[in-house]
Amino acid sequence: MVDQIKLSKKDRISVWWRSTFLQGSWNYERMQNGGWAFTLIPALKKLYKTKEERSEALTRHLEFFNTHPYVASPIIGVTLALEEEKANGAPIDDVTIQGVKVGMMGPLAGVGDPVFWYTVKPIVGALAASLAISGSIIGPILYFVVWNAIRMSFMWYTQELGYKAGSKITEDLSGGILQDITKGASILGMFILAALIERWVSVDFSPVKVSSIKQSAGAYIDWSKLPSGAAGIKEALIQQGSGLSLTEYKVTTLQDNLNQLIPGLAALLITFLCMWLLKKNVSPIVIILGLFVFGVVMHVLGVM
Amino acid sequence: MNLNMIQIILVVFVAFLAGMEGILDEFHFHQPVIACTLIGLVTGQLLPCVILGGSLQMIALGWSNIGAAVAPDAALASIASAIILVLGGQGRAGVSSAIAIAIPLAVAGLLLTIITRTLATGIVHFMDGAAKEGSFRKIEFWQIVAICLQGLRIAIPAALILALGAGPVKSLLSSMPSWLTGGLSIGGGMVVAVGYAMVINMMASREVWPFFVLGFVFAAVSEITLIGLGAIGVSIALIYLTLSKRGGNSNGDGGSSNTGDPVGDLIDKY
Repeated sequence: MVDQIKLSKKDRISVWWRSTFLQGSWNYERMQNGGWAFTLIPALKKLYKTKEERSEALTRHLEFFNTHPYVASPIIGVTLALEEEKANGAPIDDVTIQGVKVGMMGPLAGVGDPVFWYTVKPIVGALAASLAISGSIIGPILYFVVWNAIRMSFMWYTQELGYKAGSKITEDLSGGILQDITKGASILGMFILAALIERWVSVDFSPVKVSSIKQSAGAYIDWSKLPSGAAGIKEALIQQGSGLSLTEYKVTTLQDNLNQLIPGLAALLITFLCMWLLKKNVSPIVIILGLFVFGVVMHVLGVM
Repeated sequence: MNLNMIQIILVVFVAFLAGMEGILDEFHFHQPVIACTLIGLVTGQLLPCVILGGSLQMIALGWSNIGAAVAPDAALASIASAIILVLGGQGRAGVSSAIAIAIPLAVAGLLLTIITRTLATGIVHFMDGAAKEGSFRKIEFWQIVAICLQGLRIAIPAALILALGAGPVKSLLSSMPSWLTGGLSIGGGMVVAVGYAMVINMMASREVWPFFVLGFVFAAVSEITLIGLGAIGVSIALIYLTLSKRGGNSNGDGGSSNTGDPVGDLIDKY
């Protein structure tokens, strides 16, 4: 009786670490194939000893492969389980392994993109960026730690999950969980994106003055009647606190009017314009450059 | 300002890391908020670089490599603009012009990415050869070569800017008139929308638009922090998922389908 070859936890950790470099040789012909083979090497090394077996194994893992780099982990797990069985004599052919890989990469990429690229990254990124813009070093540290903690634990646990469940996981995938995750991520993503547009797309029409009204006496602070020194400052602050205007003229800008109507309306319209242009297959770079030109022109005209 | 030898080496090293990550997309050293901070750290100009990183991160939030599509290159944009900011020596005042410089760099980076990905096609053919021999070592070697190529993609331009030196960069920056820098920073406030629009186009469906409206309205209440908004968003998503199951009329078409996108349809018509 031949001993069963088992992949140890150390082997699986080694594969997990290497999966970090999955996209390293990303190419237009077979995409992540090189990185995929590179990732599996510690396992293949242990499972196959002869040159022929190794050559076959490497060739079959250099086939086309492409998915979201993080959700590749459960696929790696399943592949490890299959390769282990195959090395121990189970009748698993190349087509089966390739079939499992291809069968899983599509649906999983459909989960990875909305969850990581559209939801987690914008949320963590926006949080970190808003801290960083105010000059806080906490921003970048927060991004790095949170992002990598989420990523590394996700990749390890799903790889283990795939390894333990083996080919059975493909049945689970067609179940409701995956759809729920995708839908939940889209809901959260849309919610957060809208919030980010309101908060961070800045379109400011402040230079445009709609009206300038001279206010009646008593509605503004009469600076000439204030006591001098610190007492004057105190009096001015008290008066301002009680609702008096700082200046004799009440200036209303176009921005004030817009804010009363819907705060962030202009930002929303700009976003819809961008969506429309993108759907018309205008390159994002062209839109970005266009917005810069637009900004300069409006600034020179004194509108923004 | 001028950098000493050690700083130059460290800057090129950071650029190399960012270049690698630009393709790997794992540790996220290429994300502006990290890349610019690292450049600031090794050059001793931390504060302006952190601010630059934050601002660029806002613009780049929606940029991601999806499938075979390549997003504008955040790695080159953040590394090069951070180096220019440091060399220019204007501190915080230089941030808005550095942002404006970053955008064309993101385009240039896109071309470099396409070139390296094409080169990688040749590399996997070497791997095919190695597989025939059953040689693990050679596969590993070529994988590492491919990753290093991606690193050089950013490290070489970074070294070129450093070689150019502070003088030319400074005179370039100071020759920008104020109407231009002012206008560019206004433009910078708007370009954030492009990234968001890209993501919305990918996610939008009839089912999720109401959540967009909710997010927009909640955000207008300025007392709620970003973390608070996140908590509200998660709760709403959980409530919706639970209720839609209890309703019993769950149709099996999942959220991923892009059918029925009213605002998208509206936009299409124009």
